[in-house]
Amino acid sequence: MQQFADGLMEPGGPLAGISTPLGYVLVVALFAFLILNFIMLVAGVTSWVERRVWARIQSRIGPNRVGPQGVLQWLADGIKNIMKEDIVPEQADRFLFKAAPYLTMMGFFGAFACIPFADGVIAADLNVGVLYITAVTALVVVGILMAGWSSNNKWALLGGIRSAAQIISYEIPAGLAVITVVLFTGTLSMQGIVEAQGAAPWKWFLFANPFLFVAFFVFFTAALAEGNRTPFDLPEAESELVAGAFTEYSGLRSLLFFLVEWGNLYVIGAVATALFLGGWRVPAVTDNPVLLGVLQFLVFFGKSYFLVFIAMWVRGTLPRVRVDQLMSLCWKYLVPISFVNMLGAMVFFVLFPEGSPVVRFGMVAFGAALLVYFLSRVVFHIRRARPEFHLSPFA
Amino acid sequence: MTVAIDVALEREGVGGLETEEMTLNMGPQHPSTHGVLRFVVKADGEVMRRAIPDIGYLHRSIEKISEKVGYHGFMPYTDRVDYVSAMQCNQGWAMACEALAGITVPRRGEYCRVIACELGRIASHLISVGATGMDIGAMTPFTHCIREREKINDLLEELCGARLTFNYMRIGGCAWDLPPGFAARALDFINRFEPLIDELNELLSFNKIFVERMANVAVISAEKAIAYNLVGPNLRGSGVRYDVRRDVPYSVYSEFQFDVPIGTGEKGTLGDSWDRYMVRCREMKECCRIVRQAIEGLPAGPVIAKVPRTFKPPRGEVYVRVEGSRGDMGWYVVSDGSAFPYRTHIRTGSYTAMSIVEELSPGLMIADLVAVIASFDIVAPEVDR
Repeated sequence: MQQFADGLMEPGGPLAGISTPLGYVLVVALFAFLILNFIMLVAGVTSWVERRVWARIQSRIGPNRVGPQGVLQWLADGIKNIMKEDIVPEQADRFLFKAAPYLTMMGFFGAFACIPFADGVIAADLNVGVLYITAVTALVVVGILMAGWSSNNKWALLGGIRSAAQIISYEIPAGLAVITVVLFTGTLSMQGIVEAQGAAPWKWFLFANPFLFVAFFVFFTAALAEGNRTPFDLPEAESELVAGAFTEYSGLRSLLFFLVEWGNLYVIGAVATALFLGGWRVPAVTDNPVLLGVLQFLVFFGKSYFLVFIAMWVRGTLPRVRVDQLMSLCWKYLVPISFVNMLGAMVFFVLFPEGSPVVRFGMVAFGAALLVYFLSRVVFHIRRARPEFHLSPFA
Repeated sequence: MTVAIDVALEREGVGGLETEEMTLNMGPQHPSTHGVLRFVVKADGEVMRRAIPDIGYLHRSIEKISEKVGYHGFMPYTDRVDYVSAMQCNQGWAMACEALAGITVPRRGEYCRVIACELGRIASHLISVGATGMDIGAMTPFTHCIREREKINDLLEELCGARLTFNYMRIGGCAWDLPPGFAARALDFINRFEPLIDELNELLSFNKIFVERMANVAVISAEKAIAYNLVGPNLRGSGVRYDVRRDVPYSVYSEFQFDVPIGTGEKGTLGDSWDRYMVRCREMKECCRIVRQAIEGLPAGPVIAKVPRTFKPPRGEVYVRVEGSRGDMGWYVVSDGSAFPYRTHIRTGSYTAMSIVEELSPGLMIADLVAVIASFDIVAPEVDR
């Protein structure tokens, strides 16, 4: 980003003659504006996609009235929410209550600074990128806890406390899984991690060795828990805590929390893609850098959205765990597994510093077999279902 | 009805810190209290010390209404006693009046009643099973259950024109005969629905997370279940094989072959929430069996006996029992020889199930309370009437 800003401020550039700090501020504002719009679009459309996918799973139709196939439903919902009254409970801590949604928003907005969309397309390629994302997404918990506390509602407080315990606990397995990756790349930079992988699936970190394979699933599970997704959606648990920390919110502020939820879903997918699924890497099919960039972006977006779809699928299928089961899953299973996994990865790294083609081949074969088995189960269940279960997404 | 709520907070010193219990108000507008139940929860963090049920938010004086509207006129009101499965309430009132006046229902009328009641029981259990899933956090089973329930509602709508408050039965039989083609459509539904129960079990009942949430939670021993007067699936979940249809046969139930499923403790302890839940899943299959037999053996003839328009049963009192969807439902009617009942009392399963919640609550998590209420299949109007 700095190079980009410097380029603009060179003599002859569009920002020539502007003082350097002001130029940097302008460029940062531009990037923030672009990313904010991207986030709104992604989170909004994700809310519609999720409702449609969910409706299919539940043999319903889902929103299909606003725009073709209801694709503008999120705009209608957003406008409705913006126009609603912003209610602050009388006994609430007004300042914290009003600030909480923005803090939550900030935590997840910050994560986008380090997401590599394509070669060179990243807001800030920090040399501590992964660490930064792990740290900044944890800021969400401050907002949720603040919302829970300031609402002056016991249900909200319970939701906030649950959220704090959950997100902080699941940071550990997620962090350990990330460390396993970092072990093999030797860099924390997101672009560096993506560049260490290849375009073909067998050059992804997912299939590099068994330890990274395990780390992917640990990371994805922990990330779901950090993003408050089913089966770990305890902070809002609508059947237990009404709406958890968000119970007292209305209008735009409530909308911001939902925005964060759906936007976070995309962050989970994007980070997992960058770390394990080869990120934006595509074969060099064209010399045109713009075309190649678009292709890289599409590949990256497609992969990360596939993971988002998996999360939706999980949400449509599984019940919710209880709060003590959530904690025991984290501390008794995920943390030990990720620790052992990391140690194993260290041993593997010492034995094969350059990676082992045999192990890689074995992992790809194993992964392919797993995928074939899974797909055959899916096909079996679809075949068994009766014709009234609409299989066409646009029925 | 007021509940004396102990407002004095327990204060105790732990490591020099003064702690106190949190009093939580759960309901009457809580999303998962199945209507307007209210619990006053004393909690230590997420762990409950006590959950005190507070009932009466849906009291509509249905028993008193019967004293003013007469025997025939009360039939639509019985729908509102348990609006999730109104057929059995219809039948209870009709049977009570018939017992008072000594009326015999024609055999075809009894068969129609059985078909309607068992379809209604499937519909009610579908709501219960689906809502249990939703309370545990799985949204999908609920919509699948509602989808099937809609088909039953379609069938019952053909029968009586209503989808929720049926008002199908009359003193002396049923209001209408089965419409043409109903038997075939009902059989079609049963044939389609039976395999779906297995699918539902795969989706929800044997799901690892669901089992973890329900098994070993709120275990009720057989002795305790009897002592607290639990009935229906709640009692059978504790391993007591008791079903009014089998043990005190009424109507034509003695002519049908069906099992009475009980809790097995296969996933945890006998009498836990999972057992109570599973009894309902298994009961739906038995309902299918009964409907099939009833349709196959449907006799010809009238569906309603001759009953005078001004129905004046002789002096006396009667207590009849039907197996409602929520268990042994008792109808106690006293007649003074006039056209209006002198006194009516309805004994319902949800009311007694509410009484055991306080006993079970210490040590459970708040999330468990939701699961326990769901496993009891409490329907708020049936509690208060």
